[in-house]
Amino acid sequence: MTKLNTTTNISSPDDFYADLIAAHEGLSKAESDAYNARLILLLANHIGERKILTEALEAAKARPSGTD
Amino acid sequence: MSKIFETPLYPYHRSADQDAAAPVRHPVIVIGAGPIGLAAGIDLAQHDVPVVIIDENDKVSWGSRAICYAKRPLEILDRLGCGDEFVDKSVEWQLGKVFFDERKIYEFDLLPEEGHKRPAFINLQQYHFEEYLVHRVQALQAEGKQIEIRGNSRVASIDPRDDHVLVTVDTPEGSYKLEGDWLIACDGATSPARKMLGLDFIGRVFEDNFLIADVIMEADFPTERWFWFDPPFNRDQSALLHKQPDNVWRIDLQLGWNIDKDEEKKPENVIPRLKAMLGEDAKFELEWVSIYTFQCRRMEKFRHGRVLFAGDSAHQVSPFGARGANSGLQDTDNLIWKLKLVLDGVAPESLLDSYDYERILGADENIMNSSRSTDFITPKSEISRIFRDAVLDLAESHEFARPLVNSGRLSVPSVYDGSPLNGNDDPDLPPRTRPGAPVVDAPVGDNWLTDLIGNRFQLVGINTEVPASLDVDGVRVEGMRISSAEDTDGHLQKRYLGAEDQAVYLFRPDQHVAARWFDYSENAVRTAVNTATGRA
Ligand SMILES: Cc1cc2nc3c(=O)[nH]c(=O)nc-3n(C[C@H](O)[C@H](O)[C@H](O)COP(=O)(O)OP(=O)(O)OC[C@H]3O[C@@H](n4cnc5c(N)ncnc54)[C@H](O)[C@@H]3O)c2cc1C
Repeated sequence: MTKLNTTTNISSPDDFYADLIAAHEGLSKAESDAYNARLILLLANHIGERKILTEALEAAKARPSGTD
Repeated sequence: MSKIFETPLYPYHRSADQDAAAPVRHPVIVIGAGPIGLAAGIDLAQHDVPVVIIDENDKVSWGSRAICYAKRPLEILDRLGCGDEFVDKSVEWQLGKVFFDERKIYEFDLLPEEGHKRPAFINLQQYHFEEYLVHRVQALQAEGKQIEIRGNSRVASIDPRDDHVLVTVDTPEGSYKLEGDWLIACDGATSPARKMLGLDFIGRVFEDNFLIADVIMEADFPTERWFWFDPPFNRDQSALLHKQPDNVWRIDLQLGWNIDKDEEKKPENVIPRLKAMLGEDAKFELEWVSIYTFQCRRMEKFRHGRVLFAGDSAHQVSPFGARGANSGLQDTDNLIWKLKLVLDGVAPESLLDSYDYERILGADENIMNSSRSTDFITPKSEISRIFRDAVLDLAESHEFARPLVNSGRLSVPSVYDGSPLNGNDDPDLPPRTRPGAPVVDAPVGDNWLTDLIGNRFQLVGINTEVPASLDVDGVRVEGMRISSAEDTDGHLQKRYLGAEDQAVYLFRPDQHVAARWFDYSENAVRTAVNTATGRA
């Protein structure tokens, strides 16, 4: 059974991160929010598996220990 | 010519009960001649249970109310002996279009599944719906059945006793009392009966207002359901256009929360809004204009001793998804056969507790679905609005986002999973027709399965022999053998057998599956009938 992959999986992480930030360049806060929402929906559909999506929804909630 | 909703259909007549020395006892009294009270009365009369329906007025529904009915309620109307009149008059639609801002973002074809007698949905004004139910009541009266509608008679108080309910009725000629062994309260969302018994009705109010208009218009809009999110003619809000028979069009315009209802309802404000939507040259006449706030709520329990709640009195939903009248018909579909067995003394009163289990399950499903639609149409937070708009933006070019668009999920019947009435299952048979599920229609020779079963316990042997009849301690079971070979499209095979060659199904009087097996066994059927009648 597949689980949410939280180990390193993106090749050239610095490039991806730069692309992500660049995608928001010049956008207003409202446009950025809308962009993020579209991005989440596209990625969620690509993953598809409901169990993994549920795990991701949970994983995103967790804050690093010691920060509450 | 006066309109049907202006015509008294069951005017007040003095009843002999009013002159009786002591309150007259009836097996069942129904409060309310709305769609649900009428359906309850018809079902009882078909079972030869005398019934009195009491309504405070004498006409069909007033104002813009239900227009859309799903397949399952049509099958129930068939069982009640009157489906054709509804379907013949109705408008059938299949294509839906969704607009966002100025663009059409996609369209969907409902593509109803083949091999069903009835279409997926029809549109019909609620006043016709009730009119046709009254026709059926009149036909039953002509056959000599004891069913009576007492118009202009208002239930003023109810007094539950141990083995009956005492009811006070106000009429134009004063009040009188009568007794019912059982009382079914189909008195609508504001249910006076609920208040008289001091019972709760808990849920959510959606902070939004909708202008609902029915207009009569000669227009060449196609017979489709059009839904707009944030259109230029109703900025930041939604709109709906849907066709009904006789060139009547239903229009819903979302107005938002902080509005002046009286102002918005005035024709001088309504007409420009409608012209902005329909075009400056559109020629139409207003039939009704109302402003609604929607709610989703239900009673904690639908059975309170000998008082049973059904329809809007028991549960209320927002209309997105057409679940109000649709689910109310499923309530009485579920209730009446049980009540009949209890009245006949063959089943214990506790059988009626399964009405609570099964229909609360249905109500919760409907409330969940219609809350989700309402939350999509009226996002309740900034982030929910952001995601909603993201879905709509993506839907135009990406197919995956279209199923996320929620302008109302049309009503499908509940499967009563986990019901105490469910009997044996053979899990190798198709899940869709498992115990608790409503009949899934299929062609049987020149007939339809839905027309062959119902109103009694029915054993169906598919490609295998079952006895023609059986008496299970006072409960009559009829049997019939059908063959999947006659259905060359394989619907029966696919829906009831799957990979197997034969099966035996036991259907309840409401056409839900009670139990199923590969082979017939009398003992197994007896056990299942006892379980399904609360005698196990
Ligand atoms: C805008 C709108 C759109 C809708 N669209 C749909 C749709 O497309 N599909 C759908 O399935 N549903 C729809 N509905 C819901 C549907 O109209 C209701 O679910 C349905 O009318 C419920 O029927 P009922 O018999 O339970 O109650 P009602 O229709 O409210 O009937 C109650 C009856 O009880 C009588 N009564 C009340 N108190 C007393 C008393 N004290 N004594 C005697 N009689 C009394 C009243 O006179 C009335 O006749 C819609 C509703 C609205 C408002």
